Amino acid sequence: MSNNNASSSSVAVAQRAVKQLRLEAKIRRINVSQAATDLKNFCLQNAHKDPLLVGVPSSDNPFRPPKSCGLL
Amino acid sequence: MEMAAQPSDTLATLKTESETLKTKLEEERAKLHDVELHQVAEKTEALGQFIMKTRRTLKGHGNKVLCLDWCKDKRRIVSSSQDGKVIVWDAFTTNKEHAVTMPCTWVMACAYAPSGCAVACGGLDNKCSVYPLSLDKNENLAAKKKSVAMHTNYLSACCFTNSDMQILTSSGDGTCALWDVESGQMLQSFHGHAADVLCLDLAPSETGNTFVSGGCDKKSCVWDMRTGQCVQSFETHESDINSVRYYPSGDAFASGSDDATCRLYDLRADREVAIYSKESIIFGASSVDFSLSGRLLFGGYNDYTINVWDVLKGTRVSILFGHENRVSTLRISPDGTAFCSGSWDHTLRVWA
Repeated sequence: MSNNNASSSSVAVAQRAVKQLRLEAKIRRINVSQAATDLKNFCLQNAHKDPLLVGVPSSDNPFRPPKSCGLL
Repeated sequence: MEMAAQPSDTLATLKTESETLKTKLEEERAKLHDVELHQVAEKTEALGQFIMKTRRTLKGHGNKVLCLDWCKDKRRIVSSSQDGKVIVWDAFTTNKEHAVTMPCTWVMACAYAPSGCAVACGGLDNKCSVYPLSLDKNENLAAKKKSVAMHTNYLSACCFTNSDMQILTSSGDGTCALWDVESGQMLQSFHGHAADVLCLDLAPSETGNTFVSGGCDKKSCVWDMRTGQCVQSFETHESDINSVRYYPSGDAFASGSDDATCRLYDLRADREVAIYSKESIIFGASSVDFSLSGRLLFGGYNDYTINVWDVLKGTRVSILFGHENRVSTLRISPDGTAFCSGSWDHTLRVWA
């Protein structure tokens, strides 16, 4: 009996794995060249808004001055 | 012994089909692998020198800091520790605003609610609990605690969805789950990891209802929150995945692993597109996060350092020293002006 239970649960696990793989195989993919270009363009378009990348004047960065001024 | 011919035949057939499908999946992915990310970025201007220093040190935990999260107000931080305490800090002044003592040690997960009015946390208690933050400093926060999630093993990560009403959790029990905070009801569960799930990240709201998780099975999975279905999975790391974080556009995510590498996976190409590694880096990456534009990837490592990577070119642009033990957690502030790291040295550091 326990042999049957063990094998039927292994079967169930294997069936789920196959079902999952079939699903993942079906998805639509694009070329890495296109995906990479889009990633690069996103970085470049948003670079000016990235304080850690471009740096902001100390007066604009609340963490740079030794103690913050009142904000509210 | 009974010869169960039917089930074992089916099992063998299924395993063969499984292997065939896996090979086919890799072939399909490989067909579209026409270039490397760093090649596309060859002509992109290189980044200059970065000077990032510790601007604040938050001291107060009695043991290893395990997790941290920023409040949307860009100044408060919640952190949790092996000492069982959850502390809310004002990162500008370094003052502690609230402290909660959990009924367990190893509080591995904590998160700030979008409203800023509550925090969620959990760990070895196998639960995720929500504490409303009181304006009255004398009030005992533990009295208002609400138990939301119940797993059958430790809570490894938690995060609020786009409101205070729902929480996503991951657990050592191998599952993730979505919970309604008010009722404590499980709204959806996510099964598919073969071992402990260690981390998760919610997709940026514009991208829709998905999240990514990573685990001890070396796999990262992207899930549809409505159906509970795993829609994509990636298995290229060679060890546990400790941290996953979406690229700001939502089209990719990075992961940090005990295999000492960080990797970038593009969701539309459905494959790994970059590996951030160096021969000299041999300790695991515990925590990763992107700068606002996605150009920089910050990684906290078990060798006490923080490595800063040029996401496009694949090169390291900076290495930050300061912590005196493993860096266990790292998050960029909501406005991208700073980032905070937490460490086994009991402290948090804010860098800018």
